[in-house]
Amino acid sequence: MIDPAARPLPWQTATLTAIRPVTNRVKSYRFRVGFDRPVLAGQHVDVRLTAPDGYQAQRSYSIASAPDGDGTIELMIEGLPDGEVSGFFDAVAEVGDTIELRGPIGGAFVWRPEDGGPLLLVGGGSGVVPLLAMLRHRAAAAPGVPALLLYSARDPGETIAAEELAVRARDEPNFQLILNFTRAGGRRVDAAMIAEALERLGPPRHAYLCGGNPFVGAVADLLVDAGLDPARIHTERFGG
Amino acid sequence: MSTRGFTGRKPPEATRERLPPGQYLTEDFPVLQIGPNPRVDLATWSFTLREGSRPLKSWTWDAFSALPRTRWGGDIHCVTKWSKFDTAWEGVSFDDLLADAGVAAPTAFLLAEGYDDYTTNVPVADLAGGKGMVATHYDGEPIPPDHGGPARLLVPPLYFWKSAKWVKGLRFTRRDEGGFWELRGYHMYGDPWREQRFTGD
Ligand SMILES: Cc1cc2nc3c(=O)[nH]c(=O)nc-3n(C[C@H](O)[C@H](O)[C@H](O)COP(=O)(O)OP(=O)(O)OC[C@H]3O[C@@H](n4cnc5c(N)ncnc54)[C@H](O)[C@@H]3O)c2cc1C
Repeated sequence: MIDPAARPLPWQTATLTAIRPVTNRVKSYRFRVGFDRPVLAGQHVDVRLTAPDGYQAQRSYSIASAPDGDGTIELMIEGLPDGEVSGFFDAVAEVGDTIELRGPIGGAFVWRPEDGGPLLLVGGGSGVVPLLAMLRHRAAAAPGVPALLLYSARDPGETIAAEELAVRARDEPNFQLILNFTRAGGRRVDAAMIAEALERLGPPRHAYLCGGNPFVGAVADLLVDAGLDPARIHTERFGG
Repeated sequence: MSTRGFTGRKPPEATRERLPPGQYLTEDFPVLQIGPNPRVDLATWSFTLREGSRPLKSWTWDAFSALPRTRWGGDIHCVTKWSKFDTAWEGVSFDDLLADAGVAAPTAFLLAEGYDDYTTNVPVADLAGGKGMVATHYDGEPIPPDHGGPARLLVPPLYFWKSAKWVKGLRFTRRDEGGFWELRGYHMYGDPWREQRFTGD
């Protein structure tokens, strides 16, 4: 087999087949698209929009769906008030529209069932999206792998996939969820929270951190302080 | 084929001329890396030129700081689509490193190596002749750890993943060998103006 990474990554036309609200600011978008290579949990796609005068804008979005090969992917996009691309999705995109995208992209922030666990996932805001793909994949392909998600959101109303995560925490014996809210008297992820997560999970084999820049930097430092081998800490940053 | 209902926010002509295809202008300085910041101590920091596994020359932080200084100002472009204009860097040029080591580049390719075990390949031609440096200062201040301090490679003509953070050395290689991202589907060369993001672009 030719290594998929060694082949060109073509732009493809993807059809929007469903839109669903996830929080006040985030919506889920399902696209029909046929990739020429398998998707790994944690990867992203590049999206390209073209204006009538030929002007184009590109952005990256993580794949939220598990790699189940059904010919569709789910993205979860937070509509930023002045966002050039996220604002288009929020205000303009409709079922039946086509856009260009290419992927799957990314070979570092990925988890495969054979990578095993325990798996420590730490997400901030929309940074939970690629972690959701890992949890969905784990539940289907490797439910025996212990996993813990520490998810920090502004408040309960801004928690992505809140119900799904609660159901997973209730029904999946090897999955634990710690939700943290930073608003309304809450606090940012700190050393005590990390200590609790590590205590409940046991020493992680892999840690995946995703979110805005300051969040990921702070959590990575906390994990190194807590004694985790830096080589086991994988980070993905959305910007901000 | 245009996207129904998308008009976008086309930047002014003067900005567009400086933006490679698919890039957008950002005012902040986003951070991209695959793991935590490595903890680098200046007391034990060293920078080494190697040919394959053979060391050609090493510098301590003090010795490195005594080398001639070079400044560069201009635009940088990250493969994750942001570009930042008019950045100002200071450090030691690739040419001055070779001169201090008393060697000519032994091969046409090298791998930059970081304290975080990151690697990335850069052709010597894109570093020599005043094109690249090992930068220690950004905007007049020591480079903070988030941006690769105490020292990072700076290869402005290529996508910024080539400008390895927390760089600890350059290893000359006989062939053009892929580094961390290049082995994971990213382009071997990475010219933003030809939009060489991924293999085959
Ligand atoms: C690998 C990767 C995966 C990503 N996955 C997702 C995802 O799953 N879901 C998702 O919603 N986003 C994701 N992002 C962020 C996304 O690519 C865009 O940056 C985001 O949608 C904003 O683009 P825009 O065109 O709407 O805003 P822009 O027009 O670029 O910016 C509008 C304003 O928002 C600010 N801004 C830009 N980006 C951010 C940000 N990320 N957070 C806060 N403020 C910002 C800008 O500084 C500006 O003031 C990902 C980014 C990367 C690099």
